[in-house]
Amino acid sequence: MNNKKLNLILLGLALVAPLVLYPVFLMKVLCFALFACAFNLLLGFSGLLSFGHAVFLGSGSYITGYLMLSVEGLTPEVAILAGVAVSAAIGFVYGKLAVKREGIYFAMVTLALAQLAFFFYLQAPFTGGEDGIQGIPRGKLFGVIDLSDNLVMYYFVLAVFIGGFALIYRTIHSPFGQVMKAIRENEPRAISLGYKVNQYKLLCFVISATLAGLAGSTKALVFQLASLTDVHWFMSGEVVLMTLLGGMGTIWGPVLGAGTIVTLQNALAAGPLGNYIHVIMGVVFVICVLAFRNGLVGELQKLVKRNF
Amino acid sequence: MSRDIILESRNLVKEFKGFTAVDDVNLQVERGTIHALIGPNGAGKTTVFNLLTKFLTPTRGQLLFNGQDITKKSSDAIARMGIVRSFQISAVFAHLTVLENVRVALQRKRNDSLFFWRSEKCLDELNDRAVELLESVGLAPFANARAVDLPYGRKRSLEIATTLALDPELLLLDEPTQGMGHEDVGVVAELIKKVGQDRTILMVEHNLNVVADLSDRITVLQRGAVLTEGDYAEVSADPRVREAYMGVEADEQPTKLHAVDKTDTDSDTMEASA
Repeated sequence: MNNKKLNLILLGLALVAPLVLYPVFLMKVLCFALFACAFNLLLGFSGLLSFGHAVFLGSGSYITGYLMLSVEGLTPEVAILAGVAVSAAIGFVYGKLAVKREGIYFAMVTLALAQLAFFFYLQAPFTGGEDGIQGIPRGKLFGVIDLSDNLVMYYFVLAVFIGGFALIYRTIHSPFGQVMKAIRENEPRAISLGYKVNQYKLLCFVISATLAGLAGSTKALVFQLASLTDVHWFMSGEVVLMTLLGGMGTIWGPVLGAGTIVTLQNALAAGPLGNYIHVIMGVVFVICVLAFRNGLVGELQKLVKRNF
Repeated sequence: MSRDIILESRNLVKEFKGFTAVDDVNLQVERGTIHALIGPNGAGKTTVFNLLTKFLTPTRGQLLFNGQDITKKSSDAIARMGIVRSFQISAVFAHLTVLENVRVALQRKRNDSLFFWRSEKCLDELNDRAVELLESVGLAPFANARAVDLPYGRKRSLEIATTLALDPELLLLDEPTQGMGHEDVGVVAELIKKVGQDRTILMVEHNLNVVADLSDRITVLQRGAVLTEGDYAEVSADPRVREAYMGVEADEQPTKLHAVDKTDTDSDTMEASA
């Protein structure tokens, strides 16, 4: 299979990448890639545009960070599971409230709920407010593997990413995924076939929120920091940008989009244009929406089709 | 004489902000028949249809399916009971393949549709049945094409195959020949006739020629109310029907009614201006 070959090559590249590139940078890419993939599962395969996905990233990150710092001897996998569980629970409640709405109203409800969570995290004593939670220890995985080394941490993050990505891939290619696509294509028709569409949308929302939480939890351990940036609506916007830039509704689009954006941000932050980072991101977004409707992956596919 | 009624509406009323689109409609659909609902633009056909399929909620009145009150049921719930509708604009899942379109319908009766951890390969066991259904509407050669690439008439056929996959007791068709070329109309009419042999069908239709050949019983709507009901001969002989359609006084008995050209796609809740 051609696809299998491609996957193996990519896996090989991911395994040797930290020998060439800075591991923390790679981990940042992987965390955002997982976040974008989770978001894309919702937008690309159910057609629901959530404008509050940062709340799931941030919740995972805060819970994991807080537990690692305050509970003596807690192993990171337990802290991550706790963060993921909280994100999933919030996803269930928010999803329940939001999926009854459609289109712009769905986006507005998710934004409003996310803002609610933002101000909660700003005020709650355990988050450290403006300062965030700093100096989060990475701990020992299963009590054995010390994650404080960046290279070890990288392989752990890679494993988390692959797990999350595999779950998304399977979800898309499952009986559930088939119904999801049908609902995206024609919701009234899916209803007339007897499907309770809100149930499907809710499940999709919860899976998406759970994996966004996983990305956040992992990210908190990578940077040893959980801050308001993760729950801010800027972050919700950024994940939309990553997904659209890479190619909505494609498997690899969000990964490519996240990689591109993180690389751009890193390159710009170091150079003289650091202050204009949001302006440049805005321009990228406009160009992408106007000229490359199918995103990077879509354009690549077109190129391949034309030339081979 | 007691008739076997599958679907019944009692004093059905729908008001939109002071405008009564459907006014006290009593409809009885007999099991095993093809029943047509006709009327000029703005007669409220589509509104009635949406009320019957629960896509709209009636202001007043009652709906009974096999004697059971379904007035408060949701549209997906009545679909599971055996009432399946089609749409005016052909409703297919555009970016799924033709086979997948039918399979999504077949999949509904299994209980694994929420299983996001299972491989979709488990759905392959539905393929035989899906191909059978596609054969029955002449679409088997296109099984692997994407639905969006089919010509309009074939999309309609696909929609019917998808509907049949649910094995519904009652089929509700919303203007099945709407927007079709002459040839396609014949194909679809033939298909409806075939399907109607062992099922009950209620169809809303504007094209009177189609109705004439197909239906056992016709209900004519005008301004949201039932004007008359009967078989084609009775209905077409009624001068009020001719007047309603043509907007003129009928001086002579028409031999065959012809549908008014319909230029706008759907203005059923608006009054038609002749």
